[in-house]
Amino acid sequence: MTMELRSNSPGGPLAEKWERHRAELRLVNPANKRKHHVIVVGTGLAGASAAASLAELGYTVSCFCFQDSPRRAHSIAAQGGINAAKNYQNDGDSVFRLFYDTIKGGDFRSREANVYRLAEISARIIDQCVAQGVPFAREYGGLLANRSFGGVQVSRTFYARGQTGQQLLLGAYQALCRQIGAGQVRMYPRTEMLDVVVVDGQARGIITRNLVDGKISAHVADAVVLATGGYSNVYYLSTNAKGCNVTAIWRAHKRGAALANPCFTQIHPTCIPPTGHHQAKLTLMSESLRNDGRIWVPLRKGDARAPGDIPETERDYYLERRYPSYGNLVPRDLASRRAKEVCDEGRGVGPGGHGVYLDFRDAIARLGEAAIADRYGNLFQMYQRITAESPYRAPMRIYPAPHYTMGGLWVDYNLMSTIPGLHVIGEANFSDHGANRLGASALMQGLADGYFILPYTIGDYLAQANLPKLDATHPAVRQTGAQVADRARKLLEVNGRRSVDTFHRELGRLMWDRCGMSRNAAGLKDAIQKICVLREEFWDDVYVGGRGADLNEALEQAGRVSDFLEFAELMCRDALERDESCGCHFREEYQTPEGEARRDDERFGHVAAWEFTGVGKTPLLHTEPLQFEAVHPSQRSYT
Amino acid sequence: MRVTLHVWRQAGPVALGKFVRYDVSDVSADMSFLEMLDVLNQQLIGRREEPIAFDHDCREGICGACGMVINGRPHGPQRATTTCQLHLRSFPDGAELWIEPWRARAFPVLKDLVVDRSAFDRVIQAGGFISVRTGSAPEANSVAVAKQDADLAMDAAACIGCGACVAACPNASALLFVAAKVSHLGLLPQGQPERASRVVNMVTQMDAEGFGACTNHGECMAACPKEISIDFIARLNRDYVKAAVRGKAHAAQGNGGAA
Ligand SMILES: Cc1cc2nc3c(=O)[nH]c(=O)nc-3n(C[C@H](O)[C@H](O)[C@H](O)COP(=O)(O)OP(=O)(O)OC[C@H]3O[C@@H](n4cnc5c(N)ncnc54)[C@H](O)[C@@H]3O)c2cc1C
Ligand code: SF4
Ligand code: FES
Repeated sequence: MTMELRSNSPGGPLAEKWERHRAELRLVNPANKRKHHVIVVGTGLAGASAAASLAELGYTVSCFCFQDSPRRAHSIAAQGGINAAKNYQNDGDSVFRLFYDTIKGGDFRSREANVYRLAEISARIIDQCVAQGVPFAREYGGLLANRSFGGVQVSRTFYARGQTGQQLLLGAYQALCRQIGAGQVRMYPRTEMLDVVVVDGQARGIITRNLVDGKISAHVADAVVLATGGYSNVYYLSTNAKGCNVTAIWRAHKRGAALANPCFTQIHPTCIPPTGHHQAKLTLMSESLRNDGRIWVPLRKGDARAPGDIPETERDYYLERRYPSYGNLVPRDLASRRAKEVCDEGRGVGPGGHGVYLDFRDAIARLGEAAIADRYGNLFQMYQRITAESPYRAPMRIYPAPHYTMGGLWVDYNLMSTIPGLHVIGEANFSDHGANRLGASALMQGLADGYFILPYTIGDYLAQANLPKLDATHPAVRQTGAQVADRARKLLEVNGRRSVDTFHRELGRLMWDRCGMSRNAAGLKDAIQKICVLREEFWDDVYVGGRGADLNEALEQAGRVSDFLEFAELMCRDALERDESCGCHFREEYQTPEGEARRDDERFGHVAAWEFTGVGKTPLLHTEPLQFEAVHPSQRSYT
Repeated sequence: MRVTLHVWRQAGPVALGKFVRYDVSDVSADMSFLEMLDVLNQQLIGRREEPIAFDHDCREGICGACGMVINGRPHGPQRATTTCQLHLRSFPDGAELWIEPWRARAFPVLKDLVVDRSAFDRVIQAGGFISVRTGSAPEANSVAVAKQDADLAMDAAACIGCGACVAACPNASALLFVAAKVSHLGLLPQGQPERASRVVNMVTQMDAEGFGACTNHGECMAACPKEISIDFIARLNRDYVKAAVRGKAHAAQGNGGAA
């Protein structure tokens, strides 16, 4: 099979590409839209906004999520905010600046045309959300308020207290509900997609398992949209919700969709450190806290004094010291690496020395406790609930944790994967963030994809695709369904001695050590071998229990972990192949004398897109060269 | 520390359920309540018994998936805290805990501690939205919203749809949940055009789902992990009466909202 990576980026000046492209996209006749059935998997910001918008246009939509309600998608947990180039603060923001910050923040590993379009659309997202009733923070004059986020010097982040994701998602969920009520969307909650049906090279449906009764069903359609989120849970411990998984995109990958840059994973600098081996997940403390909190560790190794007893002269505000112009607001990759560094030096604080301080003492003295409570009250409360310590009295202790995955299914400018008809939006695709995502840009991307890009581009596909009539009795549909049923049966039949959870934890530990915040060739090679061994052991010795035709969380987990065990190998291969450091991908062999990432644009100024060749077989690497016309890739500097 | 649990086990929607006793040792005060159940489930799996089914996802108190009644209180004893954010340090060593699912006619049990809350989704589908077509929105700052209105709307919008209010209410009323949405949208200028029809349609659907009437016990607010205020119920009632006077309530037969 030959795989072609055609980005379909339109020509012309950067600022006119999207406008021109839209004018050239083919349209579906309004009367025909109803006859097209589109499947949307996922109800996060990307999926819910897409499903609602497609239904408004008149398409017949089926929408799926594994939670009991579409409102519970992981997007609900986003805290800090959403970017938009509104320039309401009059501080010099513009579409170009948002574009530039995003490209630079991503360390010049994303497609110019996509990122520019994202920046261009950003302002309309805020309009849309306000009209839906999203209660964004406001100033006393009644107009919208902004805050700053890492990696930029303007204030362009819109927020709803510390619950921005919740409010944006409820806006999209309500739009989706309106369409469900109107009969335009058929919603399938508690339903997990377990495969894509590909007929004559086109994505024509999915196979699902009903998570309540275990029933496996086929759904056929004219196009399939995956909006299934990120795969940070490959590390077991992450800030993602427990159910987040790689299953949907991995199964699509196995059916022919190229997977791009899987090793680009973001480790977030400000999370609550783990407390013990029982730890089930990690909790993020929003990046917005870095607006007012100052990060420091004791100057002296092993300084066991309480933070309040350490005088100013014996504290090291290491980010402010090293990056005077950005200070505590450097991008996430830098903040995380520097935290790891000071902890590795033995200057970490708290149990096991896995922590640095995030201190609000000065901000409280300057602004008063009430002002700080207004900005971060619910985050402080969450911190206190988990740690039993009050950030008003003592500094928070924080440590980096896996958080976001820039990698994902490869898509062209129309958000279509290498399987015609299979579109991928939100965190599940690889598109806009390069090797590092800036804060408050995931929500922006998910909603840009779902509200304002996919609804246009999918029409172009449907208008020209040859889509013969198809039903669930088609041999390709039945065969895919049988394979899914077979896999579930096999998982139950192993009947070994180890629980699914122990495999997941072991894999997570390995990935964190070898393919986490810093990587090296020897470690990655070792990891690949160990993953293969662990995968074999899994299929030999896992114990799932229960029945297939029942609500069986262990079986759901087993399916997801079996996919992580295959996917993790590709992630390590991708990290091994990329002999450079860029953004979050830090290869120890490639660094500057100051310990900053050293890119190699000559050899790696490309997207790495992998083609599946079989489990345990070496995958095929394809590359999409990245061309920069509007910006010049430079060594990122935040000093 | 150690705890003794009595957990409601029910194999399926129509099966009979019962409390089963489990002694769990080797747990720590720093564990969350759900991590304690994870530990127990791992032990059950080790003994080849079926693990306890419960809903959960974010484990950060925001998705609204988790929820169980602990010693008679939805989400347990700690104020303003979801089950997933509850930590064992809230209980004494050796505590004896009774754990059950939400109990309400409109929330049938699916298995063990898992209930079907799709009635909430249907109430939102009936009118819990502002009808705005993608792309048709005006410039965001073209309408100013007083900060206190936006803040109050946000207080109402903080509802996570967990259902604890229903579980806490002696009548299994859903009025706090419905009032939170009606108030959130009704407090904003964007929500005005549909304000009357929204409250009527949502209350009608609420009644159709089999939730009980509100008789002002206030248990809902006490159990609510987001401290949604019952003042919003008064607000809903005002809106409902106004809509009725304007004749828009002709279709609404139920009285859950107006009680
Ligand atoms: C704690 C936290 C805080 C964050 N804060 C911010 C922030 O402040 N600003 C920002 O910009 N970004 C933030 N992010 C990132 C951002 O929240 C996510 O990247 C974004 O919400 C992802 O949206 P999505 O729609 O792509 O996917 P998700 O919201 O993850 O939704 C995935 C959907 O797919 C469904 N699904 C998945 N697999 C299957 C399957 N196999 N079958 C059926 N359904 C499936 C799920 O049910 C769900 O509905 C944060 C992330 C975390 C973890
Ligand atoms: S009102 Fe409170 S208790 Fe009721 S669903 Fe909302 S958050 Fe849960
Ligand atoms: S698991 Fe999400 S609120 Fe408890």
